[in-house]
Amino acid sequence: MALTTAHEFGPATGLSCRECGTVYDLGPSFACIECFGPLEVAYEFGEVRREQIESGPANIWRYRSLLPVPENVASKPNLQPGWTKLVKADNLAGELGLRSLYVKDDSGNPTHSFKDRVVAIALEAARTFGFHTLSCSSTGNLAGAVGAAAARAGLDSCVFIPSNLEEAKITMASVYGGRLVGIEGTYDEVNRFCSELIGDELGEKWGFVNVNLRPYYAEGSKTLAYEIAEQLGWRIPDQIVIPIASGSQLTKVDKGFRELIKLGLVEDKPYRVFGAQAEGCSPVSAAYKAGLDVVQPVRPDTIAKSLAIGNPADGPYVLDIARRTGGAVEDVDDREIVEAIHLLARTEGIFAETAGGVTVGVLRKLAANGTLDPEAETVVLNTGDGLKTLDAVAAEARPAAVIRPSLDAFRTAFAN
Amino acid sequence: MSVSVRIPTILRTYTSGAAEVSGEGGTLREVLQKLDADYPGIGARILDETGKIRRFVNVYVGEEDVRFAEGLDTATPDGVQISVIPAVAGG
Repeated sequence: MALTTAHEFGPATGLSCRECGTVYDLGPSFACIECFGPLEVAYEFGEVRREQIESGPANIWRYRSLLPVPENVASKPNLQPGWTKLVKADNLAGELGLRSLYVKDDSGNPTHSFKDRVVAIALEAARTFGFHTLSCSSTGNLAGAVGAAAARAGLDSCVFIPSNLEEAKITMASVYGGRLVGIEGTYDEVNRFCSELIGDELGEKWGFVNVNLRPYYAEGSKTLAYEIAEQLGWRIPDQIVIPIASGSQLTKVDKGFRELIKLGLVEDKPYRVFGAQAEGCSPVSAAYKAGLDVVQPVRPDTIAKSLAIGNPADGPYVLDIARRTGGAVEDVDDREIVEAIHLLARTEGIFAETAGGVTVGVLRKLAANGTLDPEAETVVLNTGDGLKTLDAVAAEARPAAVIRPSLDAFRTAFAN
Repeated sequence: MSVSVRIPTILRTYTSGAAEVSGEGGTLREVLQKLDADYPGIGARILDETGKIRRFVNVYVGEEDVRFAEGLDTATPDGVQISVIPAVAGG
């Protein structure tokens, strides 16, 4: 391991165990030696002012003083993700009976999913630790994000995916020139494989963004919270709907909001966090509804493959946050996911991947059953691009008619 | 029953760096008891104070996550490989 200084990780001071609080030096480790609990980046923030952030670049590096990255990160070769649109969704709000609704549209990132945010942070850690290969286990979006980030940074990449992924995600994961390996198994099995590879000499000097670099990687999701608050005029929304795969994103959005409050960048106010799963992979939703604080793993079976993690490592924390904030965890079935993709596209001109169908579907369900406050300011996340999961809607997306290029033919076809 | 146990990096301080050690027992519970006898202290890293598998540890007997099987009572047939892996995710 390369020697590190606090400077290379900005305001980060160490890694601390979320379970037992044991503190470690900043390094490529992810699990507590005492209790196996996940390690998380700890910080000592100096004074951070709104003006200082607002004068930064139009990407996540405007928040570099809140992230474990070097001060000069914006000048390094990376994908500069983030600062995606926060779309005021009045048409969708009208259909759902909500007063004020926004879609945070992360399909606008360089590889068309929120994963560019997390990979960008992991990439800086990989450079600092002297790793030559960037790797990951992925449900698809992450593999593309890692391949692209490694290409830009001049690192090798080798990414692992379940072999049955959507064609577009396989294409995107391979086009950047790194090695792509399909594993015959589920995501959870791919993840297990990577965990074993890390302890083997085959994986020497490899940075697995979501395994040994996970504490750094996960921090990237905080930028969703920062951006939403800044784009709302330095205000935290009343309610937010977030997808759950491993649960990491939801826990980090909550962490981001709490940091902004603590630093005095936004007013302290209550907010409710809602988690969204696909019924075919809903271990966190099931635990929430059963009143449990542990999550029983499941074998996923859903079209929302980017959320198909049957053994979500951050599931217990999601349950804590949903309960602490007065939120909930809900799920929708594959039919409702497809309907929600159409609904979002039809009302707001945003084509979401299946994960976005899950969040919008859950938003619709929670609005209809009165769980969401219709008067409260609400944000829903779309974390990926519909072009990556065309199969979900392709069957229903056909021309209304195929005609000869003549006005008569058009008149005849649409006479009624 | 003789089995092999794959040890994660963070527990290899107990096994003098060995990534794989041999074990004995007809169930996972027995294998872990024997493991702790051979490498004192390692058991408490895998099981919590109440004797349950810690919530951020995944244990596999062969290909099977024991949470899908019988947990600590999962049978460990002769020659099977057991893997102890810290939970990680984020795909």
